[in-house]
Amino acid sequence: MTTNGNGSTQGNGLKWVGKRTIRPDGVDKVTGRAQFGADFTLPGMIVGQVLRSPHAHANIRSIKTDKAEALPGVKAVVTSADFPELPSTFEAAGEVMLNFRDMSCNVLARKKVLYHGHAVAAVAATSVAVADQALALIEVDYEILPHVIDVIEAMAPDAPLLHDDMFTIGVEPTPDKPSNIAKRVEYGLGDIEAGFKAADVVVEREFTTKAVHQGYIEPHAAVATASEDGQCHIWCSTQGQFVVRAYVSKLLGLEISQLRVTPSEIGGGFGGKTVVYLEPLALALSLKCHRPVKMVMSREEVFQASGPTSGAHVWVKVGATKDGRITAAEAVLKYQAGAVQGSPIMPGCMCAFAPYDLENVKVVGFDVVSNRPKVAAYRAPGAPISEFGVECVIDEVANKIGMDAIAFREKNAAREGTHAAYGPRFGPVGYTETLRVAKEHPHYHAPLGPNQGRGVASGFWFNIGGDSSAALHINEDGTATVISGCPDIGGSRASLVIMAAEILGIDVDRVRPIIADTSSIGYSFLTGGSRVTFATGMAVIQAAEDVVRQLRERAAMIWEIDVEAVVWENGEARPSGSNAGEFDPLSLGDIAAKAGKTGGPINGHASLNAQGAGPAFGTHICDVEVDKETGRVTVLRYTAVQDAGKAIHPSYVEGQIQGGAVQGIGWALNEEYIYDEKGRLENAGFLDYRIPVASDMPMIDAVIVEVPNPKHPFGVRGVGEVPLCPPMAAVANAVAAATGLRMADLPISPPKLLEAIDNGL
Amino acid sequence: MLTSGLSQQFTGGRSEIEVRAATVRQLLGELDDLYPGLGSELGTDTAIAIDGEIFQDPYLEAIGADSEIYFLPRIGGG
Repeated sequence: MTTNGNGSTQGNGLKWVGKRTIRPDGVDKVTGRAQFGADFTLPGMIVGQVLRSPHAHANIRSIKTDKAEALPGVKAVVTSADFPELPSTFEAAGEVMLNFRDMSCNVLARKKVLYHGHAVAAVAATSVAVADQALALIEVDYEILPHVIDVIEAMAPDAPLLHDDMFTIGVEPTPDKPSNIAKRVEYGLGDIEAGFKAADVVVEREFTTKAVHQGYIEPHAAVATASEDGQCHIWCSTQGQFVVRAYVSKLLGLEISQLRVTPSEIGGGFGGKTVVYLEPLALALSLKCHRPVKMVMSREEVFQASGPTSGAHVWVKVGATKDGRITAAEAVLKYQAGAVQGSPIMPGCMCAFAPYDLENVKVVGFDVVSNRPKVAAYRAPGAPISEFGVECVIDEVANKIGMDAIAFREKNAAREGTHAAYGPRFGPVGYTETLRVAKEHPHYHAPLGPNQGRGVASGFWFNIGGDSSAALHINEDGTATVISGCPDIGGSRASLVIMAAEILGIDVDRVRPIIADTSSIGYSFLTGGSRVTFATGMAVIQAAEDVVRQLRERAAMIWEIDVEAVVWENGEARPSGSNAGEFDPLSLGDIAAKAGKTGGPINGHASLNAQGAGPAFGTHICDVEVDKETGRVTVLRYTAVQDAGKAIHPSYVEGQIQGGAVQGIGWALNEEYIYDEKGRLENAGFLDYRIPVASDMPMIDAVIVEVPNPKHPFGVRGVGEVPLCPPMAAVANAVAAATGLRMADLPISPPKLLEAIDNGL
Repeated sequence: MLTSGLSQQFTGGRSEIEVRAATVRQLLGELDDLYPGLGSELGTDTAIAIDGEIFQDPYLEAIGADSEIYFLPRIGGG
């Protein structure tokens, strides 16, 4: 369902934008033609396998590979010795600054293994069986070290130390002793102590969230080949072929021009495929043996060695007056980074209180390493964790003062002109519209039965723009091809084609999309941060406008009139008025057919660094029923309201909202990494790591609110991140309403809830 | 306005600084003159919000006479 800020169905003069067109990639996906990472093959290709650490924390005294290398069928073996030793420098990569020394150490352990499953060596051989046999012949001499998994335990002064050169940044004076705390950050406005003094009601609570995996269905996969002249090519499942090119070049000491990266179809990413694991290993092996090398992670490897999001400890305190005005809000966030620094603590801090107009706010965050896989981005990285704690406490404050949960949020909501808790003022934003639509939704007023409860929570994410390139080629028959450099994860092919068709004024099915490799389109940052329909969409719009300009020029040439006397309307060139002359309109096909006679092929191009991404807010309503004999929570009804700015393809926007809600429900109720006493991951598979399946879920009712982003030609805001922010608190608030129990430790699994019910917590 | 980490590292704890500049490039130069290294750090690793609009890679963006500037971590996403 789509509504505008006034609650009425959005109406406009657009022909394609906002329509539910057939997805261009749909047939290939449902027939199995689409090539995902593991589907790709090359002549002469061999396979690579990875030797992984059985220990959570250990020094590597030595690695002997001679027996493996001597095994018939083995073509290459690599260890960290085959990778250049890189300096500890930070470079921007998404929501975190990346340290390439750390990235190299994560791809292949150097001197130390830092988590169970950490890659130690890789082998390329003629078959998986031979490669596995070779892995067994590699002798690694480990000195096992004490390990630490939990974030609070990792912060203790006597905790096992992962890095003896890590001194906490953001603390004055800089500590003279190393610790597992990589960084301390702080944001604030106003006078927090005065704010709490002015409060009639104060609620303070601690929460924990567990590390959870993005749960993409397609495991990591890559094929790499290196020729004798040093030219290299990687085909892989990734959210960004250009970042793979940048990272692998850096890790292996190549010039960027030596490496071409082609993205495969991608079976989910959610942020988890914005980094590299197998790609540099496959290429390092191929550089040694000059055979194409294919590597595919098992599901167990995906869990053990690819990045989940942070688990965390969250403390939140909110004060408010009896009439419902928040006077102060404070939080302390401690996020697991995994084995090396770089949790999403900064966005976690910045988003925590972003939905609210606060005079006095303070957020302190800590980035903490422990013996877990390095975290990777996961939809709105960092934000769902902090917003879970905040939205639970907001709910408690509303209950304490006897105010409706949505009315309390409305009274304190961020609006245009509000100073965000992290500093800048918001431009036009649609938070209050999501609250109003949620409040008016029939779901919010439906009766509840015994043992049932209803929860509400809101969420925020910044959204980003960034570097994007696009090309639009007009074919000889007047059809068109849109070329972009961003893998299609959530429907960007459809949205880009719609925007191109809208500008060109032709039928959407006459425009086909292509996602190009790194040598076939200009640089484009990755698919992430909800940026592609916004930023790459702007590039496509500009490329289409470039084409329209050329089409008008060609028509002017054909008619021998001034180009200013030609307009482009509904896919045709027309004289701008009677003074321009009497000419029959020229269609795109007419002009394309004469392109050779009027100057050659007609193509449009655009490269830009898109600015003006519009922040997005969402508000979710969740009904649950609690089985008080088993502790099982069943989600009965779920409604997710979100401001999309303008939904280019509403079905895809709804899909993003529904997917995010389901992932958040899994985070709330089931998902967690479980380690044994030796720091080994015990549930590295979907049988033991329980993500929600369709039969667990009700229909997620996605309601799109459209408060246009004035910085985008069609008003687009990113939509992929926000849906993961509210669900954990919406579920927890619903459980609290059903049971009277505030479950502050996720997941709210049946044994945990049953224990709380039995103990009357 | 600066985050606490940057203000501790470069400005002795001052988080609000007033300088004269018409573009981001000039602003970073002025900050570098006042606090050596700060402008370079901000130009490399930081996004800037100018009157509420966040610029991820700012350089030539204009700054108005009454503009409000915040330096922020670069934002990404999943």
